[in-house]
Amino acid sequence: MVELSDYLVLGAILFGLGVAGIFLNRKNAIVLIMSIELILLAVNFNFIAFSHYLDDIAGQVFVFFILTVAAAESAIGLAILVVLFRNRETINVGDLDSMKG
Amino acid sequence: MIELIIFYVFAAVLLFSATMVITARNPVHAALFLVLTFFNSAALWLMAEAEFLGIALVLVYVGAVMVLFLFVVMMLDINVAPLREGFARYLPLGILVGVVMVAEMALVVGAEQLDVGLTLTGGGAADTGESNTRLIGSVLYTVYVYPFEIASLVLLVAIIAAIMLTLRRRPGTKHQDISQQVRVRKADRLRMVDLPSERRE
Repeated sequence: MVELSDYLVLGAILFGLGVAGIFLNRKNAIVLIMSIELILLAVNFNFIAFSHYLDDIAGQVFVFFILTVAAAESAIGLAILVVLFRNRETINVGDLDSMKG
Repeated sequence: MIELIIFYVFAAVLLFSATMVITARNPVHAALFLVLTFFNSAALWLMAEAEFLGIALVLVYVGAVMVLFLFVVMMLDINVAPLREGFARYLPLGILVGVVMVAEMALVVGAEQLDVGLTLTGGGAADTGESNTRLIGSVLYTVYVYPFEIASLVLLVAIIAAIMLTLRRRPGTKHQDISQQVRVRKADRLRMVDLPSERRE
């Protein structure tokens, strides 16, 4: 039988991978957005595991809303990325220093 | 027992593909591994009896969001080499931070701490005989109806924002200017020319 802690530890590892991805790919904006998706997925894992083991449907409704917001977030993020590439010819986060004081 | 084996197989593929997402050299490969990650997550959610969300993850995420990702990644002509600099330099720090966070969280949510109380209900929604989709729908449109409408508003704002961000007026394109068409006068368009009539030979 799969325990609750199995799901929670899996979510924790996924969250750690997402955070490590932000550290490793700090120049590449696309992989940064993908790492954020991994982190949101880890959060969803926790919600679904608790929803299953506490027998409460509210957690799944919350995951539904998280999916909605994550889809909106990635759509706007990719639109910003397209505009960025159109104007600067690069998506290197290190080159985005035009607001330097 | 067989359930545990299936869980571990899916979890192993999930963690492998998530690792490949953050270490892949090519962003297209990273996006494809993210698709694999979402598929395995959907399978694990099915095991946790969240059937509706598992299918929604495949349909919405793999079907729409990841296709958008791939579209953008392939449309932008990215030079990967400068984006990879600093990868080796930050690798120890990234591994350190990740391992420390995972270890701390595993100490909190590990099997020794969580066995009491939470597995007492244990059964999940299976014993009621209701389908998962019906259960979600029965609370989504009653208790959570205002959050549901706000979610639709969030999506509308995202649509408008994405369109406004990427909209651009190119000078060369031919498009109608309705107000100019309506405002036009006869004198602007019509020119009376006085031609002498041709003489018959």
